[in-house]
Amino acid sequence: MKKNYNVIVNQKWCKSCEICVAICPKKVFDMDNFYAAANRPEDCIGCLLCEKLCPDFAIEVRLKTEKEK
Amino acid sequence: MDYLNYLRQDKMPHIWCDGCGHGIILKSILRVVDQLGWEKNNIALVSGIGCSGRTPGYVDFNTLHTTHGRAISFATGLKLANPKLHVIVVSGDGDATAIGGNHFIHAARRNLDINLIVFNNNIYGMTGGQCSPTTKTTKKATTTPYGNPDSAFDISKLAEAAGASYVARSTTYHVAKLDKYIKDSFLTKGFSVVEAYSSCPTSYGKMNKETGKTGLQMLMYQKDNTVPLQKAQKMTQAQLEGKFITGVFVEKDKPDYTENYAKVIQTAKQQ
Repeated sequence: MKKNYNVIVNQKWCKSCEICVAICPKKVFDMDNFYAAANRPEDCIGCLLCEKLCPDFAIEVRLKTEKEK
Repeated sequence: MDYLNYLRQDKMPHIWCDGCGHGIILKSILRVVDQLGWEKNNIALVSGIGCSGRTPGYVDFNTLHTTHGRAISFATGLKLANPKLHVIVVSGDGDATAIGGNHFIHAARRNLDINLIVFNNNIYGMTGGQCSPTTKTTKKATTTPYGNPDSAFDISKLAEAAGASYVARSTTYHVAKLDKYIKDSFLTKGFSVVEAYSSCPTSYGKMNKETGKTGLQMLMYQKDNTVPLQKAQKMTQAQLEGKFITGVFVEKDKPDYTENYAKVIQTAKQQ
């Protein structure tokens, strides 16, 4: 069964370095008004590369709970 | 994991530039602390001056922001006064090997049980991009606009020669390895050094176009130019020009300073 993830971007802390946009293997992120935005969270495979490589603590990837599904 | 639990959120967002690798290293440290399940009150994070020196401001441990290059000296006092404390020192390349060079080699010689993490971005980023002891020959900085004539320090080899118990090096791109090395260094008794290659797009990338100008390009440069230690041993010096050699350089079990010092106290009491 496919796992679903919540991809949360804190745009207040984002400094638009675009690392997440380039590094994501599933192209979940886009730049939206100078800040990163997770536009396709349903494609996320939970590799956590964006979370680990975001220098600004702005991205959080979390497994969806039963309720959120 | 929840990073916010370890951060002083009122101090965020941090002052590091966009694309700076320091945030990635700090995240790695927090992940390891989380994995090891250390209490926040049992950790002391000490730093000197520079971009890396801002680190203690953002984390919710016992923190100490000290004078330039003297982070290890302050940490020595902390460790001897309270040997049960996990003392982590974060230091920049200039802070650790230029201004605090003597403290660095002598802490390694004494084998104090301190975990040093060197944020190596090859430049003095905060003060305007001056050439540091780890700026490689021919590379540019604001003080060496026509190329650096000096040779660079190899921090890992320096720590190895000075007698550290654990020495490893990774880059900010290779976070999984960085996590592993930081975890191993935290679990090692004695002086342990993890050299983390960071990127400084604002000062270093601007002057040295071949590494890329943005944080992302510099991260990709690390990806393309990293050679593991085992592979590097089979390569010639010319092939290794400009490459980042990563891996574990030293891993040995030997008595640390607090252990030896406790023995001295015991001997003195008996006489």
